[in-house]
Amino acid sequence: MNIYVLLKRTFDTEDKIVVNDGVIEDDGVEYIINPYDEYAIEEAIQQRDKHGGEVTVVTVGDEDSEKQLRTALAMGADKAVLIEVEDDDIEDQDQYSTVKILEAFFEDKEVDLILAGNVAIDNASGQVGPRLAEKLGIPYVTTIVGLEIEDGVAHIEKDVEGDIEKIEVSLPLLVTCQQGLNEPRYPSLPGIMKAKKKPLEELELDDLDLDEEDVEGKTKRVDVFLPPEKQAGRILEGELQDQVKELVSLLRNEAKVL
Amino acid sequence: MAKEIKGGGFLVEELSPEDIFTPEDLTEEQLMIAKTTEEFVEGEVLPVLEKLENHEFEHSVKLLKKAGELGLLSADIPEEYGGLGLDKISSSLITEKFARAGGFSVTHGAHVGIGSLPIVFFGNEEQKKKYLPKLATGEWIAAYALTEPGSGSDALGAKTTAVLNEAGTHYILNGEKQWITNAGFADVFIVYAKIDGEHFSAFIVERDFPGVSVGPEEKKMGIKSSSTRTLILDNAEVPVENLLGEKGRGHVIAFNILNIGRYKLALGGVAGARIGLEIATKYVNQRHQFGRPISSFTLTQEKIGTMAAEIYANESAVYRTGGLFDQRLGNLTDEQLKDGREVAKAIAEYAIECSMNKYMATELLDYVADEAVQMHGGYGFMDEYEVSRMYRDSRINRIFEGTNEINRLIVPGTLLKKAMKGELPLLQAAQSLQEEILMMMPEEIGDEPLEQEKYLLKNAKKIVLFAAGLAVQKYMQKIEGEQEILANLADMAAEVYNMESAILRTEKAINKSGVDANKLKLLYTEVYVQEAFNRIEQDAKEIIVAVEEGDNLRMMLSSLRKLTRHDPKNVIAKKREIAKKIIEAEKYVV
Repeated sequence: MNIYVLLKRTFDTEDKIVVNDGVIEDDGVEYIINPYDEYAIEEAIQQRDKHGGEVTVVTVGDEDSEKQLRTALAMGADKAVLIEVEDDDIEDQDQYSTVKILEAFFEDKEVDLILAGNVAIDNASGQVGPRLAEKLGIPYVTTIVGLEIEDGVAHIEKDVEGDIEKIEVSLPLLVTCQQGLNEPRYPSLPGIMKAKKKPLEELELDDLDLDEEDVEGKTKRVDVFLPPEKQAGRILEGELQDQVKELVSLLRNEAKVL
Repeated sequence: MAKEIKGGGFLVEELSPEDIFTPEDLTEEQLMIAKTTEEFVEGEVLPVLEKLENHEFEHSVKLLKKAGELGLLSADIPEEYGGLGLDKISSSLITEKFARAGGFSVTHGAHVGIGSLPIVFFGNEEQKKKYLPKLATGEWIAAYALTEPGSGSDALGAKTTAVLNEAGTHYILNGEKQWITNAGFADVFIVYAKIDGEHFSAFIVERDFPGVSVGPEEKKMGIKSSSTRTLILDNAEVPVENLLGEKGRGHVIAFNILNIGRYKLALGGVAGARIGLEIATKYVNQRHQFGRPISSFTLTQEKIGTMAAEIYANESAVYRTGGLFDQRLGNLTDEQLKDGREVAKAIAEYAIECSMNKYMATELLDYVADEAVQMHGGYGFMDEYEVSRMYRDSRINRIFEGTNEINRLIVPGTLLKKAMKGELPLLQAAQSLQEEILMMMPEEIGDEPLEQEKYLLKNAKKIVLFAAGLAVQKYMQKIEGEQEILANLADMAAEVYNMESAILRTEKAINKSGVDANKLKLLYTEVYVQEAFNRIEQDAKEIIVAVEEGDNLRMMLSSLRKLTRHDPKNVIAKKREIAKKIIEAEKYVV
């Protein structure tokens, strides 16, 4: 099987987000593989171990993303592809841009299965996977928590707001992975040592016959701001009747939500 | 061939930043190894730590096997015996990241370090083939049995005996080994015993050998999540082929293993201190008194600033030592590298550095753990706070792998030996110094970054040699009996090593990315060097007063004043600056 994983490099979940003049500061920030993409990598490795074939991890990012690709290789992926785009190169880079790039990348690829994370924890749009499937003309299932493949048919368990929906769909196929699908492995030390010898291909827009204008984003970012800081709570006192009255008055006059 | 730096050479050699290894030099792979270890500890160990604290040691065994699958037990085991044969820095990173695992780090450390290394370094081919692959995977777990009820620091005073049986097939061991880490579940013990009550030797003893048993779990003050028991040898039958190394040469193994053991405790100490600072900083940010977070009070900031600067210096020193190992090992031929003895010898070259790192970093850890409890106030005294366990766990580090007192005595003792043998030009340096000081004129110190620090370092080295020279002159061979002076010298030497490590690290970073990107490193270095220098001055004064009297004393004190003359930096202000960064990041950052 030809298995592909879409990977995104994101801020570490432990990092504090600092916004300065409408820009998110990345000074001293630690980066990780988007946690949902880790489920995708793990699933890809497990499916390959069961059915044979090859796992290729693909990311659209800058040169620093190589680190996350190496980690995926250390986990057990066979190959990695870095499609290099510098932040400032593309105007308003958004999900459209990423899909457009990936579409060009997959144009000449034989694909059986593409796995992506359910959402990326930074922008959390959850769009890249489904939109790419549309462009490639293959079916997709989002938020999967179970995957068995038999004779070219995928038996999928999909998380639907806490319930499970069972779906059968034929390959080729794109899925996005939800928490609960598997337990991503730690890159083992032997895996880390092997990773440096595995192929990591670097591509630029040119190599995909794309111009910067082709992948210009379709959305405009108007503003970036943090949610208001959480205030200390207040405990109302007195008779229950009075408390209710005061609460309503506060909601109306102070919080202005009524 | 990389430049070979002599063990103990730091007092007389001048090094450039390129000569030392710094945490900033870690490779991508080394960082990945660190990350895997970190994730393993967070994901697998911490969730069961409470159970381990309650002595449910079946989890320890499972965890070690899981660690084995990931390769976390095989860093120091050569590839031909099922290990990974990694460089010492990679292996150090694993040790370091296990520090978060509390007492389990002791379980892990005893297995991969003192438990496995005697076989790695001194085992013969058959022994290595038989034991190392199993130790690398965690199928078998190792322990180290040296201490006895009557012999701790005086390890060679062991009473356990080994007598060859009539058939000449087995040594019969009798005795009791005490406080054996991992004894609850270990499969293999490295045991020291005297053949015929005389020849101190090491043996590989399997748990299942007839006559081998263990006592009940000890009740300890800390590191409760590690198993500690007595190993009882009652006519234990050990096959002759399980004699490790040569008959009567057990001390060579014991001392060599202690070198690396001490270095690893130092790594754990530094890592533990970083964790302590992180926990404490998070707490003082969140805890409000008088209507504001207590991290906003400058006395809290003083603590944070001091801790961070001390961590930086010790971290720099410990990594430097790790780099020294790799440098020297890198110069060995493949043939030599295959012979574990050569590897042990390369490490033993830095016995002084290992000892200094050990007492400095374990005392750093104790200090940070203590202050971290203090910053938690009454909550820090409550068991459910992590910092309380940290405080209890920390204390043992100053005691095991050679008490800090023993390690302090080793440092000047070994330096003196090396000087006498002509391996280090310390005596010449001390002699020429006395004249130099008489002629010495005050120097103009500029205000370039690190300029004053380098000046203080240069003089600190002179002060150590000066004080040591006076003491040796007076007591000659009898200086061994003047333990207070030796301990002062040990402290001074270690401060110099830390100072220099911090300075060179910061200089290396500045050379690479400029002053602006390394402001914090510079602050750490300024604070540490200033405070360490003050301590060195104090120690030297004590020695001079103890050694000299009358006019001579006055003269020597005035010489010391010449060497200590400088305009001190404002450490209060600098610590506030440091604290600001740490409070913002809520962890130790560089």
